Amino acid sequence: MADKQKAGAFDIRVVIAALIGVYGLVLTILGIIADPAEVAKADGLNINLWGGIGMLVFAALFVLWSRLRPIVVPADPDKTPAD
Amino acid sequence: MLAQESVLRLDAQAIDYIIIALYFVFVLGIGYLAKRAVSNSLDFFLSGRSLPAWVTGLAFISANLGAIEIMGMSANGAQYGMPTVHYFWIGAIPAMLFLGVVMMPFYYGSKVRSVPEFMLRRFGKPAHLVNAISFALAQVLIAGVNLFLLATIVNVLLGWPIWISTVVAALIVLSYITLGGLSAAIYNEVLQFFVIVAALLPLTLVGLHKVGGWQGLVDKVSAGPGGAEQLSAWPGNELSGFTNSTLSVIGLVFGLGFVLSFGYWTTNFVEVQRAMASKNMSAARRTPIIGSFPKMFVPFIVIIPGMIAAVAVPELQAVKAGTGSEVTYNDALLLLMRDLLPNGMLGLAITGLLASFMAGMAANLSSFNTVMTYDLIERYVIKDRSDDFYLRTGRWVTVIGTLVAIGTAAIAAGYSNLMDYLQQLFSFFNAPLFATFILGMFWKRMTATAGWVGLVSGTATAVVVFVLSETGVIDLPGQGASFVGAGAAFVVDILLSVVISLMTRPKTDEELKGLVYSLTPKADRTEAAQEGDHGWYRKPTLLAGISLAMVVVLNIVFG
Repeated sequence: MADKQKAGAFDIRVVIAALIGVYGLVLTILGIIADPAEVAKADGLNINLWGGIGMLVFAALFVLWSRLRPIVVPADPDKTPAD
Repeated sequence: MLAQESVLRLDAQAIDYIIIALYFVFVLGIGYLAKRAVSNSLDFFLSGRSLPAWVTGLAFISANLGAIEIMGMSANGAQYGMPTVHYFWIGAIPAMLFLGVVMMPFYYGSKVRSVPEFMLRRFGKPAHLVNAISFALAQVLIAGVNLFLLATIVNVLLGWPIWISTVVAALIVLSYITLGGLSAAIYNEVLQFFVIVAALLPLTLVGLHKVGGWQGLVDKVSAGPGGAEQLSAWPGNELSGFTNSTLSVIGLVFGLGFVLSFGYWTTNFVEVQRAMASKNMSAARRTPIIGSFPKMFVPFIVIIPGMIAAVAVPELQAVKAGTGSEVTYNDALLLLMRDLLPNGMLGLAITGLLASFMAGMAANLSSFNTVMTYDLIERYVIKDRSDDFYLRTGRWVTVIGTLVAIGTAAIAAGYSNLMDYLQQLFSFFNAPLFATFILGMFWKRMTATAGWVGLVSGTATAVVVFVLSETGVIDLPGQGASFVGAGAAFVVDILLSVVISLMTRPKTDEELKGLVYSLTPKADRTEAAQEGDHGWYRKPTLLAGISLAMVVVLNIVFG
């Protein structure tokens, strides 16, 4: 248990942050360029904009989490580091 | 379904399709990345028992957050209102906590690779066969239901032919599971969980905004045909089908809360498999407990939108008032999406629905292939081959299971309320299973013969109650019939198991070590804290206590 190594590129938190982050970016842009008729459909609430910003914040928090607490796997010769 | 096309067709545009397509790129990418971690059958079927607790915990609830659950629960929300929360707060949470605190030590500690394998070690071959076969059968059936629903929804929403979406969805799920095994399924379930929340949370907020906030919803529901009783969870007469309030509470607590839900959450390998994939005993026990925290808030993004749809969508108002049948309750979420979401968010909402269909189906298939390979093929058909052989077998079993699921999709077509259909399946298999497990774990005298006789007779009882209620001999509207069926199956199983145990010879104490509570040393049931398990917030029992207290508060606030 003494030897540790950081896991490779595949940290599911980064993958989640990437997808939600891209969604957030797309929705935020849609929200900024939204024409008033579309906004009226959602009862005057620009949900693309607010939803998009929310997702960007979420993605940033997930990246921060994976930076602060990276996955460590015990360097055990019997086991392939799984993730 | 064809008649609904014009009503429900969504105005999806290029940007929505891009959002949907992006999701599938990620899903397949995870399958590919997870493939690198698969080098033997344990990696494929149990993720090499290496995953952290928060991942397995989210996968634990995501595996259950299939579209049947989402659409069915919002349908129930639209029809019955707040009493639907019982499926979460009385149903799921206590059972999940019980699994983590009491039962997981036996599952994880005995190092079995599946729930049927525990059955084998505790009760021997007959009980094992009954359990493994009925489980495998139920999983392909449910996978078929998921697939059929996905295809009909895509057909209604986007106008694609049913067979195309069936085959495309099946191919996508198939490719990431055959590539990455359980890891791919679990990682995708975690991703799906966040996509589903990202889709449903904005829908709920816009919906609440539309009806004038929480107070607006309260006023509108009170003024509607359901009346104010749909705003409080108890006693839930409409949901249980009992007219007497006391009977309704007893039916909900014993039928839904105890037998149906404990049966489902504690013995269903689809769920338990996620916990078995975690890295150590402490993480395995924390899996369902961590899952219980998001689970208790799922009703707010599933049931509330259903209730909003029932008061905000004209077609659904007509159904509720009994004056229209253009749509059904199952369409509640779709109608709300159609009316409220702009392009962009609409694409994300469709993605969320597709994600939940695939989460459900992938969970069914990844547990199906494990039971088929480890419990049926390796144990009874082709024994003692190399691990590599069983890894390949597992991949082929997944392919065959998918094909069978496509075939069984048609069975689901005949039922109007999806939840009814699912509850029936659960009460056939899960209620007697829970009875046998709980007796077997705590009563060392229980014998092998009692194990399989109890299971078979319990399942038969559930089927009899089902037939009686279908033919009108027992008349309980709502979900009452499945509560009664599950309760009867449980009681019959326990009674017969006790009687038969007293007449047959039990296993020796030595054979039952690690499988029965009184014969397992405390050290084997608890975990030696390892790296990453320290800190008060990682203690399973304390976490479970916090979760339970929160559910009690929720029940009081919304009771």
